[in-house]
Amino acid sequence: MTAPTGERDELVIAGDEDVVRVRQVVRGFALRAKLSLVDQTKLVTAASELARNAVNYGGGGQAVVELVGNGRRVGVRARFADDGPGISDVELALTDGWTSGSGLGLGLSGARRLVDEFELETEVGRGTAVTITKWAR
Amino acid sequence: MSVDAGDTDSLAVLLSKDADVLIARWVALTSAPLRGKVSEAELTRECRELFDTLVAAVSTGSRDFQDPAFVEVRAALEELSRNRARLGFTPSETVVGVFALKRAMLETSGQRTGDTGLREVIEFTLLLDTLGLWTFECYARAREEVIAQQAEQLLELTTPVVRLWDGVLAVPLVGTLDSARTQVVMEKLLEALVETGAEQAIVDITGVLAVDTQVAQHLLKTVMAARLMGAECTISGIRPQIAQTIVELGIEFGDITTKASLADALLYAMRRSGVDVVRKRAQVG
Ligand SMILES: Nc1ncnc2c1ncn2[C@@H]1O[C@H](COP(=O)(O)OP(=O)(O)O)[C@@H](O)[C@H]1O
Ligand SMILES: [Mg+2]
Repeated sequence: MTAPTGERDELVIAGDEDVVRVRQVVRGFALRAKLSLVDQTKLVTAASELARNAVNYGGGGQAVVELVGNGRRVGVRARFADDGPGISDVELALTDGWTSGSGLGLGLSGARRLVDEFELETEVGRGTAVTITKWAR
Repeated sequence: MSVDAGDTDSLAVLLSKDADVLIARWVALTSAPLRGKVSEAELTRECRELFDTLVAAVSTGSRDFQDPAFVEVRAALEELSRNRARLGFTPSETVVGVFALKRAMLETSGQRTGDTGLREVIEFTLLLDTLGLWTFECYARAREEVIAQQAEQLLELTTPVVRLWDGVLAVPLVGTLDSARTQVVMEKLLEALVETGAEQAIVDITGVLAVDTQVAQHLLKTVMAARLMGAECTISGIRPQIAQTIVELGIEFGDITTKASLADALLYAMRRSGVDVVRKRAQVG
């Protein structure tokens, strides 16, 4: 179990400029959690992918970024939620190179590799929420 | 509303009586808060034009601003707001003219003998309020356009394509890349390749904080487009943390040439275009 350490930020993600803002906020949290430069970059990039998906496929949504601790380590957790169409075939969506649009199809699968914890909840017609966590080493 | 149409419209008659006196007062009231930002002659022209279209609209008997009769009034106000917004006037400085007409009418009413009813007067001031709101909305819209344009110009300004050597162009990317900015940069680079006929291009990402799949895709597309145009494009300055992230994302740069630094990329590009760079051996005495 992890206990939140209190610091938390909520952002609306509707367009390109919000994706940039999410990246900046996540980087701020990553710095406070003292993530290494490589881990900061990985987390920020994963956040960028998920925020972008929420805009591109989910019609916009919300991001919650927080500092978390599990007694041993601190980390950053970010959740990206939208009320979009949901993902009907999760396995396919997580396949490297698969895209329903014209992307590289590496956002979801790549983001999963970039972080320590990755949780995807989705329901067709209801929306999608992806939660990622990166722990300081 | 039961107002006679045509020349007999009582409000139109009231407005037209001693129109010059009314307009002069109107101009004076409008001009004071503008502190000389607009010349007296210019203001007179604006007020006169607005006045004429307003009287024409009112004399149809209509007091409804949405009515087709007010098309020209709306157009005149829209143009005025747009000009003011572009010249950096404040919202008050833009709307003041509309409201000043009320005061001008009040102040010159002694010289008017029209037996216009109270209801008529109130209706007219309500109409002027609507005119004022419309003006304000036009102003706000024009302001937003100005801001959007400035943002775009800034985007262009902050993405310089530089000529490093004869036939070698470079574009340094800095900061947080959103997809709009990446797109602009890439388009500018391709345009510059056409204009200069350069055969070597370098995209330097030393100053970039993160490369996600969308930015990577823009980079890849640019390199491919440059190739189709007969140019070779090198990507330089991929920092260690970005290299690791790109690998973990699963992005493949294929046979695209990458160099650790801009200097390495320049040396490579020069050699590719036939320039040999040799270090002079120090003279041993
Ligand atoms: N939030 C979302 N809502 C609905 N569908 C999504 C969402 N995120 C991803 N997907 C689906 O998963 C596919 C793969 O996503 P991703 O790996 O990021 O690749 P890309 O964005 O390049 O298409 C997308 O093409 C889309 O069909
Ligand atoms: Mg994606």
